[in-house]
Amino acid sequence: MLSLKIALRFLGSGRTQTLLIISGIAIAISIQIFVGLLIGSLQKDLVDSTIGNSPQITISSSEDVASIRGWESLVARIDELKITEAIAVSASGTAFVRDGTTSLPIILRGFRYENADRIYGFSESLYQGRPYQSGKEALVGRELNEELELGIGDRLTITLPSGESSTLTVAGFYDLGTASINRSWVIANLQSVQNIFELGDRVTSIEMTVPDVFTADTVAHTIEQAVGGDNIKIDNWKELNADLLSALDGQRTSSTIIQAVIILSVVIAIASVLAISVLQKSRQIGILKAMGIRDRAASSIFIFQGLILGLIGSLLGITLGLGLFYGFNTFTADPDGTALITPYFDRGFIFRSWLIAVAASTLAGLLPARKSLRLNPIEVIREG
Amino acid sequence: MGNVIELQHVEKVYPGAVDTQVLFDVNLGFQEGSFNSIVGQSGSGKSTLLNIIGTLDQPTRGEVFIDGARTTAMNRDGLAGLRNRTIGFVFQFHYLLPEFTAVENVLMPYLIGKREPPEAVRQRADKLFEMMGIAAVKNNLSTRMSGGQQQRTAIARALVNNPKVVLADEPTGNLDTENSNMIYSIFRDINKQYSTTFIIVTHDRRIAEQADRIVEIRDGRLVLDITR
Repeated sequence: MLSLKIALRFLGSGRTQTLLIISGIAIAISIQIFVGLLIGSLQKDLVDSTIGNSPQITISSSEDVASIRGWESLVARIDELKITEAIAVSASGTAFVRDGTTSLPIILRGFRYENADRIYGFSESLYQGRPYQSGKEALVGRELNEELELGIGDRLTITLPSGESSTLTVAGFYDLGTASINRSWVIANLQSVQNIFELGDRVTSIEMTVPDVFTADTVAHTIEQAVGGDNIKIDNWKELNADLLSALDGQRTSSTIIQAVIILSVVIAIASVLAISVLQKSRQIGILKAMGIRDRAASSIFIFQGLILGLIGSLLGITLGLGLFYGFNTFTADPDGTALITPYFDRGFIFRSWLIAVAASTLAGLLPARKSLRLNPIEVIREG
Repeated sequence: MGNVIELQHVEKVYPGAVDTQVLFDVNLGFQEGSFNSIVGQSGSGKSTLLNIIGTLDQPTRGEVFIDGARTTAMNRDGLAGLRNRTIGFVFQFHYLLPEFTAVENVLMPYLIGKREPPEAVRQRADKLFEMMGIAAVKNNLSTRMSGGQQQRTAIARALVNNPKVVLADEPTGNLDTENSNMIYSIFRDINKQYSTTFIIVTHDRRIAEQADRIVEIRDGRLVLDITR
């Protein structure tokens, strides 16, 4: 294609100018990628630490705290919707454990291990011992055990508010990353907890995670419409964490503004360089027009220049941005090698940024392209 | 042979605070295969006339027919296509694209109109380089050639599409006598070999007199039209 060939030659002939503008684009895009990845990772860290290892939608009874009847059919109907990632039912209740002379309040939570593991990540958080197997085994959190100083195989006596007691054997110790949970939850088999609290076959909550945490409210709404009734209530994390959400929104908006300003500066830089190029190359464009090049082909020379600058500049910029992000994570790591944030290389974001940068650079060629349309070959020839 | 170019009542007015009329009721036809010169003093309107003939400029009034096509009724793209197929331009300055080699410059009119040039067109370009005596520098960038070589490359470029008409505006204005004579003899050869119509604008009577027909223009009006 002639226009592309001419565009390449024009860029090649003004090598210093071309290198300068490509460097400019690359630096701008690298900052965009770096800031985007940094803020994205920070957000993901924040979301993960707040709601990552916890259910994003919870169904509980609206009538009395202790019972959802017919939960099997509820779970089956929600499963059919295929909009959740993991579902676990839980039977829970408050109780006490004895530490010498004092009693510590706990929440005894019963789960089917495999189901709850997909929500809470028990397996990853077990730092000692193994998952509970028999009906009489339990997991104890790190902070609670710092008080109780138990060992694997020790017996743990649970006292209910009614005064009745049950004994569980410690199978392992977990750390879910949240001190309040580690201090209060004692986790055991669903059926055992149902028996301890005399719930029969009933559960106290149905807990779920969804593929995209930010759609938890719409998923909850869909579930409400499908299975909702007077006797259950459905909560989602977005309703319960309005402050966190507004903080995340603020962060996301500021990130978007920074990125938009960077893209705008790239567009202005390319447009101004190409506008100068139209002046520099007016003689060539004029003679090409005299020889019969069509207006559209002549102006597409500048669109192609924008596209080429955008393609090379953005690819370099992305490489540089990834390098910056990698460097940031390496150099800000703690002496023990733990990174300040968990790096999250959001491929979707990188690809979108690349597409936007290339599209914006191509669009930046429009202004000089329009300018070239007005170029009259006679003026060029007359000026000599 | 019929007229390949026909001007009917052509007038040109440049608008401004005071309108300037540079051409007055020009009626002129050029026969296919003829060798013509247009002479006149600087500012007489001869270059404007050539630009109108070449469709680079539009007349304020009147009609221009090129190869039977009424150009005043055509849009910009239509005119561009007509120029590309029918007309070869040679200007006082060579206007080669400095980013391209001599041979790429020569093939440019073909590339503008079509796609990659076939072997026959490349051979034609080679033949033109031979005729111009610049075959040795055809792969040089146009900036790495002498003034005479550059102008001869520009002439080869004007001829590569085998146009019906070559319009030359002071084509030897920047050249020494030896180069000038050589270029006129090439023009003559092409005219004879391919029946290409030549219209050469010059202020040099000595050069004009080598043409078969001399048209003189003074203050925007035709004052002399001699055919030998």
